[in-house]
Amino acid sequence: MSTLANPIPNTTVTVVGQNSRKRHYGTHIFLTVMAVMWLIPLAWALFTALRPKADTDKYGYFSFGGTFNFDNFLTAWTQGGFSKYLFNSLIITVPAVLGTLLFASMMAFAVSRVSWKFNITLLIMFTAGNLLPPQVLAAPLFEMFKHLSLPYSFSDSGNLLNTYISVIAVDTAFQIGFCTFVLSNYMKALSSDLTEAALVDGAGIWRQYWNIILPLCRPALAALGTLEVIFIYNDFFWPLLFIQSGSRLPITTAINNLQGEFLSNYNLLAAGATITVIPTLIIYLVLQRQFVAGLTLGSSKG
Amino acid sequence: MSTTAEKPAAPDSEPGAAGPTAAGKRQPSTGRRPGKTGKVRRLTRRDRLVLAIMVGLPTLIQLLLVWLPTLFSIGLSFTRWNGLDLKDIKPAGTDNYSFVFKDYPPFWPAVQHNILWLVFLALIATPLGLLLAVLLDQKIRGSKIYQSIFFTPVMLSLALIGIIWQLFYNRDSGLLNYLLGTAGKPQAVDWFGDSNVNIWAAMVAATWRHAGYVMILYLAGLKGVDPSLKEAAAIDGANAVQTFFRVVFPAMRPVNIVIVVITIIESLRAFDIVYVINRGTNGLELLSALVIQNLVGEGQVIGVGSALAVILLVISLIPIVFYLIRTFGKESKA
Repeated sequence: MSTLANPIPNTTVTVVGQNSRKRHYGTHIFLTVMAVMWLIPLAWALFTALRPKADTDKYGYFSFGGTFNFDNFLTAWTQGGFSKYLFNSLIITVPAVLGTLLFASMMAFAVSRVSWKFNITLLIMFTAGNLLPPQVLAAPLFEMFKHLSLPYSFSDSGNLLNTYISVIAVDTAFQIGFCTFVLSNYMKALSSDLTEAALVDGAGIWRQYWNIILPLCRPALAALGTLEVIFIYNDFFWPLLFIQSGSRLPITTAINNLQGEFLSNYNLLAAGATITVIPTLIIYLVLQRQFVAGLTLGSSKG
Repeated sequence: MSTTAEKPAAPDSEPGAAGPTAAGKRQPSTGRRPGKTGKVRRLTRRDRLVLAIMVGLPTLIQLLLVWLPTLFSIGLSFTRWNGLDLKDIKPAGTDNYSFVFKDYPPFWPAVQHNILWLVFLALIATPLGLLLAVLLDQKIRGSKIYQSIFFTPVMLSLALIGIIWQLFYNRDSGLLNYLLGTAGKPQAVDWFGDSNVNIWAAMVAATWRHAGYVMILYLAGLKGVDPSLKEAAAIDGANAVQTFFRVVFPAMRPVNIVIVVITIIESLRAFDIVYVINRGTNGLELLSALVIQNLVGEGQVIGVGSALAVILLVISLIPIVFYLIRTFGKESKA
């Protein structure tokens, strides 16, 4: 899996190296223009977020008049409830990612390291499930959760709606497919001698999985983990469907409600949007390599 | 515990040591499955239990939360139900489908918008991503910085992208109208609000993300192309463009297939961005948004919503099946 070791190709020996230097001026101009266009929406959101509403009302949004400060961020964080929403995102994302990786790696181990009748069938089922549009299963899932009665001590809605569990479970179920597919390809590439040797030593299936195969999959797990954190943090739809009370929404879904609340205050909305970007941006800066590796892992085989 | 008696190494290495009865019991089970399922044969009972859990748990989750609901969607699409009491579910034949096809005004616009979305991603966003990848794959200075910039939107959710572009597109406070010099004037366009332009504005915002995604996949794909292919083409006198389209692009076939599938599926899954803008109404109708409009809110018509969901499912199965055949076809034959 060379994709993992060096996911972003930065240098490729070009045969046309001698005459390509000239054309690079044009390339640079094009890329710079594109890059500026790419950054404008984000820069504009940040610019708007840094200005108090009173100043933009006075000088207009397209101006440098007035002061620049973090007041909008503070307002969004405290009064807008973004601290709470971010915490909700954390409550949903961490178990969902860990669950996805655990279940997917178990499944991938079983279909790739042990040969038996249905492994291709199951793998197809898992992969297909991940590709469905979520809206296809929205109504039955909603009704299933609504009609599943639970004690009020467990859920104040008396059923699975409005609980974190519902979102975690469905996010996990939806993401298992993709991770199983990627991990099973990764495990297939590992030499079968590894587990054969362990088998001779008397290691059971669980030890083969947990002590031998999983540690070898660490690069793939790191890449997938990063990718899944982003995927689940960015999930908008399932919380929208299952969670009714605004105070339990994760940040990605909550910001849609704030669009209604802050309708006249774009500065505050911009601050909220910027706050929502920050965690992904941090992960991006720290784990860019893992994230890109995760994305390209899925496409390395087709 | 029988686990110790059935240690995998035991039967072959020390046949005499094991008791005759135990050996007798084991022998038939090994004889039944020769060769092919060699690994299963050597599993102990405990190992089989562990394996059953390792396979069963994820499969159960997958069946219960993905495939069973999919089947229920198909079932509900032939019924009439308000979602309250399970006893109220009434059979409705194909009424929901004929309603959707004939009497539901947003349906055909939504189909058109989904097709437009696909065409836009396929003809604008995907080629743009490929172009960026090809340019960045050359030996140019700052390639990493460019890559990081183009890739940033891929990290963001489509919902957030909708909000960020809302700030940019807004009639009175958005940057775009200032740049066009129309801000504050009557001809200022509300890019997400005007039903004549909002689908285009939304697709541009979606392109912002999709192009970066395609770029990163193609960068990995380009790296995988054997450089000697390019050299051979150059020796044969092919120029850069010819080399790319005749040699490099076809050599990236696996990546091309993934990108075709991703592009189709993304265009069917487009939901978040239109829902954030105006819940998928007024020029932004998409099949996925219509499904949800019929399922939540006051006029809850689960039958109609499910019929729309099934239509979306049937369309989605085309790229999904294509992809699965490409991916698993070889293995099943082998």
